Amino acid sequence: MTGNLPLLYKVASSHAETQDSFSLRLEPIGAALPAFEPGQFTMLYKIGVGEIAISVSGDPTTRDGSLTQTIRDVGAVSRALTATRAGDVIGVRGPYGHGWGLDQAAGHDLVIIAGGVGLAPLRPVVLGALARRHDFGRIVLIAGARTPGEFLFTEQLAAWADEPGLEVQLTVDQPATAWDGQVGFVTEPLSTLEIDVRRTIAFVCGPEPMMRFCANVLLAKGLPARSIKISLERNMQCGVGLCGHCQLGPLLICRDGPVIDYECAAQLLATREL
Amino acid sequence: MGPVPMASADQLARIRPFDRLTPAHQSLIATTARDVNFPEGATIFSDGQPAVGCWLIRAGHVALGTEVPGRGQVVVQTLGPGEVLGWSWLVPPYHWHFTAVASTEVSAVEFDTARLRALADSDPALGYPLSLGFFEIVVARLQHTRSRLLDLYGSPRDR
Amino acid sequence: MTEQAAVLSRAGLDELIAALIDDGYRVVGPTMRDNAIVLAELNSGADLPAGWGVDAAPGRYRLRRRADQAVFGHSAGPQSWKRFLHPPRQQLLTADCGVVSAPEEQDPAPYAFIGVRACDLAAVATLGTVLGGGAYPDSRFARRRRGLFVVAAGCTEPGGVCFCASMGSGPQPGPGYDLSLTEQIDDQGHRFVVDVGTEPGRRVLAKVSHRAAADAEVDEARAAVAAAEQLMGRRMPEVDIRALLAASRESPLWNQVADRCLTCGNCTMVCPTCYCTSTEDTSDLTGEHAERWEHWASCFELDYSYLHGGSVRTSGASRYRQWITHKLSTWHDQFGGSGCVGCGRCIAWCPVGIDITEETAKLAAERQEEDGPGTDGQR
Repeated sequence: MTGNLPLLYKVASSHAETQDSFSLRLEPIGAALPAFEPGQFTMLYKIGVGEIAISVSGDPTTRDGSLTQTIRDVGAVSRALTATRAGDVIGVRGPYGHGWGLDQAAGHDLVIIAGGVGLAPLRPVVLGALARRHDFGRIVLIAGARTPGEFLFTEQLAAWADEPGLEVQLTVDQPATAWDGQVGFVTEPLSTLEIDVRRTIAFVCGPEPMMRFCANVLLAKGLPARSIKISLERNMQCGVGLCGHCQLGPLLICRDGPVIDYECAAQLLATREL
Repeated sequence: MGPVPMASADQLARIRPFDRLTPAHQSLIATTARDVNFPEGATIFSDGQPAVGCWLIRAGHVALGTEVPGRGQVVVQTLGPGEVLGWSWLVPPYHWHFTAVASTEVSAVEFDTARLRALADSDPALGYPLSLGFFEIVVARLQHTRSRLLDLYGSPRDR
Repeated sequence: MTEQAAVLSRAGLDELIAALIDDGYRVVGPTMRDNAIVLAELNSGADLPAGWGVDAAPGRYRLRRRADQAVFGHSAGPQSWKRFLHPPRQQLLTADCGVVSAPEEQDPAPYAFIGVRACDLAAVATLGTVLGGGAYPDSRFARRRRGLFVVAAGCTEPGGVCFCASMGSGPQPGPGYDLSLTEQIDDQGHRFVVDVGTEPGRRVLAKVSHRAAADAEVDEARAAVAAAEQLMGRRMPEVDIRALLAASRESPLWNQVADRCLTCGNCTMVCPTCYCTSTEDTSDLTGEHAERWEHWASCFELDYSYLHGGSVRTSGASRYRQWITHKLSTWHDQFGGSGCVGCGRCIAWCPVGIDITEETAKLAAERQEEDGPGTDGQR
């Protein structure tokens, strides 16, 4: 194992995004980690319970050393992390991985498609792009959730709806009362979206089948596969390329990903149980 | 609102289900079409009524729903710009299965489906590609709906 | 090094081991124990498995008495040197009352390995790339390897499951040794032709009784090792193995192997290059003291690929495919070379005798059939 030990961070605040997802605002107790790139992840350590890989969900332009991470309660460690409250101490390692490549997307139109909690790793893309708005053409965000109550960052989404430089479309999978927005899978507003395939980069994040379906819609529009970026997940123990668990074919998701372009990923995702 | 212009063949050329037709056929279809507008909240058609008309949405969103006792009007699908509303005029028993309401202001191209059917019946060279075009739309809708059935955003804890 | 080759007598080897112990090394070498050749700490040269040979075949490993007293007359045993460089269990950190720190470093004595065959030497180098060559090297592994003294052994009697020659990793030991010995027993006595690989090797050799080797002796030793190439128990098919595995993800072979493979993971435990680990976090009842430990893991474990409430690879077929494809193909993509050194341990220790060379040959034949006649010039 490596020599890099987790640095200690204090939970400054915990915000319930949905019934099972929480955003933790973390502040370093001693040394701080290096600044993160959108799409990178950290290994969050609940002392004595375990460590999991979580994509950073905060503003990449922040320079105050704080870190925002959005966690969904799906297992023992994530449950322990979502149960933390202000003042609790956790360990953090990172940031690791190959990010969305927002810098390289300068000069392009951005189409950002989020499914469920996939919005968390994509929020830094939106925030990072808005911070340098003139570097990009159109910026479109399509976000899907199961029901209206399961959207992350609802206040921010509402603010973004009024943001002149951002086109936002929200859609829910299941019918819901008191929702007068779109009802349908994310691929539906995506299908009707007109894009200039010569100057668009798409960032897609969500459950693997959702990313595949969205990629197919984009490919059908003529967008080259290498202009579609997706964020993959696999079992991670070390996060730094030493434990072997996160392999997907030739890729180590912790090192070659989590963001992979679809030209590379398509064939790998099409193989069952790879 | 000013005079409502006739729809043009160019508008139809790139859009399903008309993109498979020859320009001549597209022009013919265009003669069955006219631009319409619906204010927000307008009912475009109702569940159970005879199915007459189909609409190519140009702007705005339409909510398709049905009445569920205890839940009220449940919206099962919304359709947006570029999508076609209304297929039941093509298949028996030729009445609507859902209610369509404009959830925003909607502008659309409305087709005279009686004339559309007559054109399709009399000329298979028009009828066949038109049907295929509608088939494509239905298949796409089915794929999207199946994606929703997968409940991908559900928590592993609920499985 | 263009150092003059030397000759060590059998007694000289004992002196070499004693000298290394004197120098403060923990000397590890083959010993005979529990009906196997087991790598263990040596107190002296007397601990070497003199006169023991090995019969290895798929799913079979038996010791046999040799007619001579050779100490390196056996092929790969159930363990490899990785258990010393990359131990089965290691503590990574401790957290006491919220303060996280690395475990106390006792600074243990460095290892000296005696009798590292070419395949195993290549395996150590491979582990070095995997664990030491990335952006976040494993510092514990790196430290153990830095202090390591290696006495390699040139193979003159490969085993029934060996195929190092066709993997390009033997039988002649490659770079990475301090000293390399080729054992010779004949009417001229029991001796070792010594190649010096490094300055530390030269220094240790200088402390023990030895003489310069005659050219003829060196040639004889080289020839004996070269001849071993023809005596290999098996070989890999002569195709681009990396490309073959990469193209075989949908092969029907995987389901066929799955009918036999128990997913027991023996192959990953005995393999000298398998390096996967899992981490385990524990704490005491008060929560004041927590530890993180790392232990060997295997891609055959059902939970190895656990994600979102289930595993990605649940079928045995997919897990076998993962292991062999990683070892022979995607290892190249990840680390720049093959993960297999041809030691054959996975074949001997597979309870059902699955043979990696045979499975690869089946895939090659399948590919040839698919590609049609005229691609190999044989039809």
